[in-house]
Amino acid sequence: MRSDRTPGRLREGAWGWLFTGPMVLVLGLFMVLPIGMALWVSLLHWDGQSNPFGGDADFVGLDNYRRLFAVDGLDRTLFATSLRNTLYYVLLTVPLQTLLALSLAIAVNQRMLRGRSALRTVFFFPSVTSSIAVSTVFLFLFQGSGAVNRMLSWFGVKGPNWFADPRGLVWLVLGWFGVDQPAPTAGGPLGLSWSEWFAGPSVAMCVLILMAVWTTSGSFMLIFLAALQDIPRELEEAAALDGANRRQLLRNVTLPALRPVLFLVLTLGLISTWQVFDQVYVTGKGAPGNTTLSPAYLSYSAGFDNADYGQGAAIAFVLLGLVLLFTAVQRWVLRERGGKPEAKPEPRPKGVPRATR
Amino acid sequence: MPPVDRRAAADRPVLGRFPRPARLLGYAALLGFALLYLLPFLLQLANSFKTDPDAAAHPMTLLPDGGTLASYRRLFGLAEGVENVPFLGWLGNSVLVTVLITAGRVLFDSMAGYALARLRFPGRRALFAFVLAVMAVPGVVLLIPKFLVLKSFGMFDSYAGMVLPLLVDAAGVFIMKQFFESVPREVEEAARIDGAGTFRIFWSVVLPMARPALITLTVLSFQSSWNEFTHFLVSTQSSEHDTLTTGLAHFVAGGLGSGSQYPLKLAAALVSTLPVALLFFLFQRHFVRGANSGSSKG
Repeated sequence: MRSDRTPGRLREGAWGWLFTGPMVLVLGLFMVLPIGMALWVSLLHWDGQSNPFGGDADFVGLDNYRRLFAVDGLDRTLFATSLRNTLYYVLLTVPLQTLLALSLAIAVNQRMLRGRSALRTVFFFPSVTSSIAVSTVFLFLFQGSGAVNRMLSWFGVKGPNWFADPRGLVWLVLGWFGVDQPAPTAGGPLGLSWSEWFAGPSVAMCVLILMAVWTTSGSFMLIFLAALQDIPRELEEAAALDGANRRQLLRNVTLPALRPVLFLVLTLGLISTWQVFDQVYVTGKGAPGNTTLSPAYLSYSAGFDNADYGQGAAIAFVLLGLVLLFTAVQRWVLRERGGKPEAKPEPRPKGVPRATR
Repeated sequence: MPPVDRRAAADRPVLGRFPRPARLLGYAALLGFALLYLLPFLLQLANSFKTDPDAAAHPMTLLPDGGTLASYRRLFGLAEGVENVPFLGWLGNSVLVTVLITAGRVLFDSMAGYALARLRFPGRRALFAFVLAVMAVPGVVLLIPKFLVLKSFGMFDSYAGMVLPLLVDAAGVFIMKQFFESVPREVEEAARIDGAGTFRIFWSVVLPMARPALITLTVLSFQSSWNEFTHFLVSTQSSEHDTLTTGLAHFVAGGLGSGSQYPLKLAAALVSTLPVALLFFLFQRHFVRGANSGSSKG
């Protein structure tokens, strides 16, 4: 196999680098280089004005990271608040969107269902629209006297002023039983009191959760649908011959076959929800009371609003570490499928993909 | 297995039909959900034709009382006496950058995908590992890094800074590589024996065969660059570079005008959704393929 040394092969080698050249250039200059530069800036105190790579840069070492984790102050409180908010956002969004996507997939996979493809289209459509446009619509729907509260009033429920309501869900519910939120005391981790940590998502954050579930469940439904249609029919028929009923078929045949894809959807959800940014920007930039603040938005606003780019870059790297951790776990667990590190449902390059069959 | 027989068998449910009450209940639940997914768009459409007071007082009515085109007039610069929104400028910028980015991605992604799938050259495996690594980098952590690099290159707040960084995307390269690996080599080998060079084979033999994959790539690139927000947010500053996403976001988040002006905002959101919606209804199966490649951001 030493044919690599012949002149023809050498020419092919040159073509190889020529063909991948634009990719290497763009990804190198605008993905790799910026990460390296930002890693350096995260060690500086830099206001965005001077040249950060000149000799007069204000090198502060790990100070930007210490201010996030170790030094008591506004920076750490804001960072902890953004982690708290996003933790609840992730904890509610991921299970809800996965469960909904799975249920919808099983429903529209029923062979006798009329209007299957129309239903698929309806459920999938929100996934392809712009997050900015969708956020605009949700702002309108969830106004104090908006459409959602009108609908709730038909059932005698007085809806909250959603996007202006910073009350945490946990204390809100406990409040109905006469338990009030204790005054914030010192002592919780990262300088945020325990009562703040356990407040749950704010009412405003709940709308962002609903919006995320609404926009993403359709595309996850398609991933489940493709997997459902890959289950060998013989397997289901054999189970039916053995006298399995619907529930048993679902529990003992369908769901076990979906396990890898369930894990894929859960981790894809985890990875994308931790990065929530667009919706936060449009619906209030962290308001009300910083309860919709996310680490991604905090990183942006530290740099672009407060001219503290070092701090913003440090937050970005903490977030990067978190997301890479989930990605590594995902790729490691799914590595066996097809012997490739990228365990995704096999792309179907030719003809009609199975999901539309 | 003969496809005809298989299809006939596959259309039969394994366990017979659901009993009638369960079936009706199932249909009712599914229709309810379908309504939940549709209603926001219907309300958006209806309210974009209302006046501000009408939309505030009756947000739930689907048929506007009388109805007005005032919002659309203001979007397209036809209103008199009131301040217009620079919507046409946003639209022009969106069209410009989307066309450039889509063209770049279709060409460069398929070139790179082809090289990674077919050409043998030193460093190929390392390059593919690089593509996979880049795919794992989440976009939002690049906000400040991208700003830094564009500022250093003197490209901040310019069309070059908006377009160049998005000209290649790792996920697209990945999709094309997978596709080229699934195509039989024989046709290329035949062309090679006929004396065609590498570029000629790629351009006149491989690309025409790759039509379905190229359409998928075009559709996905169009959608993602049309909906792109964060990159344009950090790469531009002046309003003359606003696209539909950044313009609308600034407008909605409180940059322009006063009052709620929801009909206007909803109309702007609606018009900015239309091109992708149109593409979606024409090329739905390509969007489906994108969702199933698992690499498109949700």
